[in-house]
Amino acid sequence: MQDILSHLKRGERAIIIDVSSIHIPLKLLEMGCLPGNAVELVQVAPFQDPMYLNINGSHLAIRKETASHILIEKVTHE
Amino acid sequence: MSKQINVALIGNPNTGKTSVFNALTGLNQKVGNYPGITVEKKQGICKLPRGVKAHIIDLPGTYSLNASSLDENVVIELLLNKNDKDFPDIAVVVTDVENLKRNLLLFTQIKDLQIPTLLVINMADRMKRKGISLDIDYLESKLNTKIALVSTRKNIGIDTLKQLISNYKEISVKPCLDMSVIDPAYFDDLKKTFPNQLIYKLWLVITQDVNFGTITRKEFKTVEDFKTKQKGDLKRLQQKETIKRYQFINEILKKGKTVDLSQAKDLRSKLDRVLTHKVWGYVIFGAILLLIFQAIYDWSGIPMDFIDESFSSLSEWVKNQLPEGAFTSLLAEGIIPGLGGIVIFIPQIAFLFLFMAILEETGYMSRVVFLMDRIMRRFGLSGKSVVPLISGTACAIPAIMATRNIENWKERLITILVTPFTTCAARLPVYLIIIALVIPEGRILGLSYQALTLMLLYLIGFGTAITSAYILNKVLKIKGKTFFVIEMPNYKLPLFKNVAITVIEKTKAFIFGAGKIILAISIVLWFLASYGPGEQFNNAEEIINTKFASENLSPEEIQHKVASHKLEHSFIGIAGHAIEPAIRPLGYDWKIGIALISSFAAREVFVGTLATIYSVGSDEEETIKNRMAGEVNPILGGPLFTLASGISLLLFYAFAMQCMSTLAIVKRETNSWKWPILQLVIMTAFAYIVALIAFQFLK
Repeated sequence: MQDILSHLKRGERAIIIDVSSIHIPLKLLEMGCLPGNAVELVQVAPFQDPMYLNINGSHLAIRKETASHILIEKVTHE
Repeated sequence: MSKQINVALIGNPNTGKTSVFNALTGLNQKVGNYPGITVEKKQGICKLPRGVKAHIIDLPGTYSLNASSLDENVVIELLLNKNDKDFPDIAVVVTDVENLKRNLLLFTQIKDLQIPTLLVINMADRMKRKGISLDIDYLESKLNTKIALVSTRKNIGIDTLKQLISNYKEISVKPCLDMSVIDPAYFDDLKKTFPNQLIYKLWLVITQDVNFGTITRKEFKTVEDFKTKQKGDLKRLQQKETIKRYQFINEILKKGKTVDLSQAKDLRSKLDRVLTHKVWGYVIFGAILLLIFQAIYDWSGIPMDFIDESFSSLSEWVKNQLPEGAFTSLLAEGIIPGLGGIVIFIPQIAFLFLFMAILEETGYMSRVVFLMDRIMRRFGLSGKSVVPLISGTACAIPAIMATRNIENWKERLITILVTPFTTCAARLPVYLIIIALVIPEGRILGLSYQALTLMLLYLIGFGTAITSAYILNKVLKIKGKTFFVIEMPNYKLPLFKNVAITVIEKTKAFIFGAGKIILAISIVLWFLASYGPGEQFNNAEEIINTKFASENLSPEEIQHKVASHKLEHSFIGIAGHAIEPAIRPLGYDWKIGIALISSFAAREVFVGTLATIYSVGSDEEETIKNRMAGEVNPILGGPLFTLASGISLLLFYAFAMQCMSTLAIVKRETNSWKWPILQLVIMTAFAYIVALIAFQFLK
């Protein structure tokens, strides 16, 4: 099931399907936020914002707004 | 042969690049600025085997050659400019073994510039704990480079690294990525137009806004014609390029790096569960802030008193040992008290930089940014504004430079504008001496009134910063994409050597920077206080002798009266009297007026100025504090420093924009005079009004 990254819950994993390159800066892409890579929500601050993610082995935090421009496919049961 | 090898150290932030730099150069390093910009330039000398020397530049940390800030721009400008005297013979890319994949992206970019590039895989000591194993031979052959497996913590691999640097000529310059695969038509066209140029270099020139030196610009002049593609198209190509690079890296790491997860012990998630917790995260952050203030106020009090007293004794000693005259007077009453005003800063500044360095080194600072982002955004700031606001408690200058990694211009501008409200170290001596004078020594609930007052002043500073940010956010109409990304690095125990070097370097820079101003002002002040125009000054002794002839005064009392009469009619006394009408409603006399004028250059000059003014003509060995306590209000009588005038002065210093260096840096960072002038006018007017209300209300 496809969804946007900002809907991911703590501890959940997903695969990045698409990133809207107009809204996502190059820097984030270069840090590994690219289609095909795995993403896990490690921790959230109050109000789910910002989101502390593990993308492709890189640990980084982005705002919910940015995360809403990233399309993902949730990984259910491994 | 004694040719120096130019080495550029490059790497992502949080890879321990600076540790590698420190390990290579030791204390043999020099911190300066790149010409024209305030980006820190760190360079050092390293002795290599066989008597060869390496000149090493520690370039600012960057995630890629696609620069998004002034600091990152420095890296690409150096690497693209073969004519730069620092152009590297060899680039050393430092990576963290745990983030090898992401770190290698930068490596492939630099390698594609066909500069001999060596790979340092740092933090090798963590491999076992994380279950990581590397096939170095395989990686070396696939990446066409030499690899040094290094642990600066355990001091492993540094000699190998030196060896590899000295053999830099053996390193292949074969690129990693064939650019044509991204868009064959476009890049083939580019290649045909510039047959002698590196395609990747051209591509960087096309996609970046780099300020090249004139020669480079001439070389690439026609490149402008190749910006035919739309910005969006270029970005899509950059995205494609990034994907291709990762494909290359993934392919190599699949065989070159294996991770046995069953071996991995995860300290990160355990600590994060507490340190970024919705409640405990904030409690811990608050506790850490309290600890920092405790250190600054309490722990640095002892060395500060000692410094204060030592300088008064030194001044006295000089006066007694040297023959009387203008030079002795300049030394004992101008230079020594002025220097004392600088040296007294060292304990507090050092403590602040110490804590900041530890918070950065451990990786905790990123967690604070994460925790605070949402809250700060409500005030038009970014989570990343926390770092400038905290470092602002040391000095606004590095704090304003630290705003550079805030991606959003509006958030960055607001941070720059409000940072000077935070209580910088230069305000501390002013606060400390006035608090000691006017706030009683009692305690409430085990906390001293004086410490509480100081804490309150910090809170007022921070509260004003936040409030004005909120207002600015509503007032300023700047549109810009909100964007925020921060790396959450691994937790690390801080390396003593790194912390020590940071503390020493930053304290030194601050003391010498501020020191020059303070010293110059002290000398000028001494001159202005020791000379004066006209009858009143030159015939002071006669005037006083006639005036008090009938009263039977002791020689000491006469001398004292002469001295204060002289001071009142010196150049500085005249200036002080001139502004007295403006500051009398705030509860200040003309001597404080002088200190106010001189501290528009820099706040910390206040205490030094008073020290200079009060020591001119004074005989006894006394600390500044005692002299200030003895001052009498010329109009109201009674002590000059009362609760009312003290509080008024404290508030004035809390809000007024009294720092020329900060204004200069704001001008440079915002590229306009508008913002610093606005800061100066609004902050100072606000300070005046608040101080006025406070004095009139309390007196």
